[in-house]
Amino acid sequence: MIDTTELLRQLSQAAGVTGYEDDVRALVREALTPLADEFRTDALGNLIAVQYGEGAEPRPAIMLAAHMDEIGLMVSGFEGSFLRFHTVGGVDLRTLPGQEVTVHGVQPLPGIVASLPPHVLSPEERSKPVPLDKLFIDVGLDAETVRQRVHVGDLITMRRDFLPLAGNYVSGKAFDDRAGIVSLAVCLEMLRGMRHSWDVYAVATTQEEIGLRGATVSAYGLAPDIAIAVDVGFGKQQGVSDSKIVEMDAGPAIAMGPNVHPLMHQRLVATAKRHELKYQTEVIAGASGTDGWAIQVAREGIPTAVLSIPLRYMHTTVETLCTRDIERTGRLMALFIAGLDDAFAADLGLQKGASA
Amino acid sequence: MILETLSNARGVSGNEAAVRDLILEAVREHIDEHQVDALGNLICLRRARAPKAGGQPTLRERSLRVMVAAHMDEIGLIVTGINGDGTLAFDKVGGIDDRVLPSKQVLVGDGAVPGVIGFPPIHLIPRSERDKAPNMSQAVIDIGAADKSAAEALVKKGDYVSFQATYQVLDEGRLRTVKGKAFDDRAGCAVLVELLQGDYPVDLYGVFTAQEEVGLRGARVAAYRIAPDLALALEGTICADLPKEEGDDTSPVTELGEGPALTFMDASFVPDRRLLDLLIHTARQEGIPYQFKQAVSGGTDSGAIHLAREGVPSATIAVPVRYIHAPVSLLSLNDFDHTVQLVRAALIALQGGMPS
Repeated sequence: MIDTTELLRQLSQAAGVTGYEDDVRALVREALTPLADEFRTDALGNLIAVQYGEGAEPRPAIMLAAHMDEIGLMVSGFEGSFLRFHTVGGVDLRTLPGQEVTVHGVQPLPGIVASLPPHVLSPEERSKPVPLDKLFIDVGLDAETVRQRVHVGDLITMRRDFLPLAGNYVSGKAFDDRAGIVSLAVCLEMLRGMRHSWDVYAVATTQEEIGLRGATVSAYGLAPDIAIAVDVGFGKQQGVSDSKIVEMDAGPAIAMGPNVHPLMHQRLVATAKRHELKYQTEVIAGASGTDGWAIQVAREGIPTAVLSIPLRYMHTTVETLCTRDIERTGRLMALFIAGLDDAFAADLGLQKGASA
Repeated sequence: MILETLSNARGVSGNEAAVRDLILEAVREHIDEHQVDALGNLICLRRARAPKAGGQPTLRERSLRVMVAAHMDEIGLIVTGINGDGTLAFDKVGGIDDRVLPSKQVLVGDGAVPGVIGFPPIHLIPRSERDKAPNMSQAVIDIGAADKSAAEALVKKGDYVSFQATYQVLDEGRLRTVKGKAFDDRAGCAVLVELLQGDYPVDLYGVFTAQEEVGLRGARVAAYRIAPDLALALEGTICADLPKEEGDDTSPVTELGEGPALTFMDASFVPDRRLLDLLIHTARQEGIPYQFKQAVSGGTDSGAIHLAREGVPSATIAVPVRYIHAPVSLLSLNDFDHTVQLVRAALIALQGGMPS
């Protein structure tokens, strides 16, 4: 059995800012090796783990997508012994002061996002966020040594130990969307013990955080018949309106809205009900901001569903979730896949083996 | 190294016991007497020893009583209530800029229950909000408890909360920088631990004080009890030597690597001119680098000590520390070592009594 917490810990601690997912991909491949019949890596670095179905060829295929990349920072210049930086993906600058980071220079360097103590700040200064041009990273080296070990363009990841909390809750960085990757592993493992007739492409995608780019090309390349994107959803938390959230520890949120094919939604809900799996539904009125948004419009269009793993404090270094929700998400996908049959393909208007 | 041990220890103002125990363990074999007073100060006495040629040091009589103080407490948080959803309301203990609170790990209570201070996802924050400093008045600590009763099994109202940061060497080269929690004032405590291992011609009252961050309260009662002839406070002081825009002449207060900082005036006191001259003279004579704290903001234990009883001639010597009052701070071990050397030499220079 996969130890979901341990796998999430390993993936969370790995560095994989958008466009530089190599280390994460190696870990994902290692974790999925016993569960896949075949691996492919495409031109944008997407890792595709294939588990073949038992149906007669040509078989229909389902694509599962979760992204490997994480938001981060990039060195943009030097200011004495300090580093200037840009953001990669949706980083809220207000979460940065006092944050520890790793600067991926010639070798990884620990660093701190500098902040000034209240003693030297005016009330005026304290009422505003520190703007990007006044945020610096300190790696504790003198100016000369910094320039030898760090270069413009070097990546910076948030440095945050994986933290087990009470119950089944854990906290750390980059659970968005390494949690989704773990759910893919749970799904593939469960499918190993079940019969399924369709082929499964479990894809660990790249470059989601800057525009769903890995999903765009992998969906084109694989041309699956249907797809499920797994990402994290806004878990209930203080300071956020209850109308915008999903409940924690209440199972995956099965999305509905323009990004989701109604039959895919219905069948996921029916699957959850039949197997008495905890689930919830979530309305996403437009762009889901997930890989599913790109997959849905690949080639001639693909019936797509979106599952969200409830997560608090998204895009911070203390993203928090309940590991049971990851397991429930993986199980729901596995049971959904095991139930895929010709009748469902017909309902969706798919010709058998249309992808071939 | 004692600095590492003390930095990793937890001791928010009013709850210094864990730090005190570690210090006592480190100094016990070097001191002649010790006591813990009503406020939790640890008062250690190392009696004067006159070096005798070729023999063991002997105890001297009627020596100058010199109080050297460093505060054990650190800034942090305190649990003010447990919410229905299992999160913890908190208040700040000591001066903390709200802007360093988002997205941090903390440890709650004597049981060190892990928790996080979250932040709303950037996706759900209106752009207008992002231009304001985060409003942390409603912020909570999340320990992963499902509800109030689950939280109450782990923590309680009044539990002290410390930030989570681990001591680490950043530079083994020129600057010898290290990072860690609460160098304000575990740096001073570590200097004092080292000082208590030396021989001096004065009775050295090494006082590890409580509650400095909430109003210099420990030092006040300790100074009353000891009634010293003179006093020195050891601090980890502001080092705001960040890059600045052209034309910005704000003081860096101190500069990293430029030696111990001497206070000529701060918000809490004006040092005794004779002691300040003694420190400057000693530094020059011994070839120890030093600098002046170029700001009159902030206060130290000297502020309370110099007003004890009929008054006590006092001075403050500090290790420059970047990012004090934030979750993680940074200092140069060169500055640390020079501080030990300077105070040690100054204590020896008191051989002839109070300088005139």
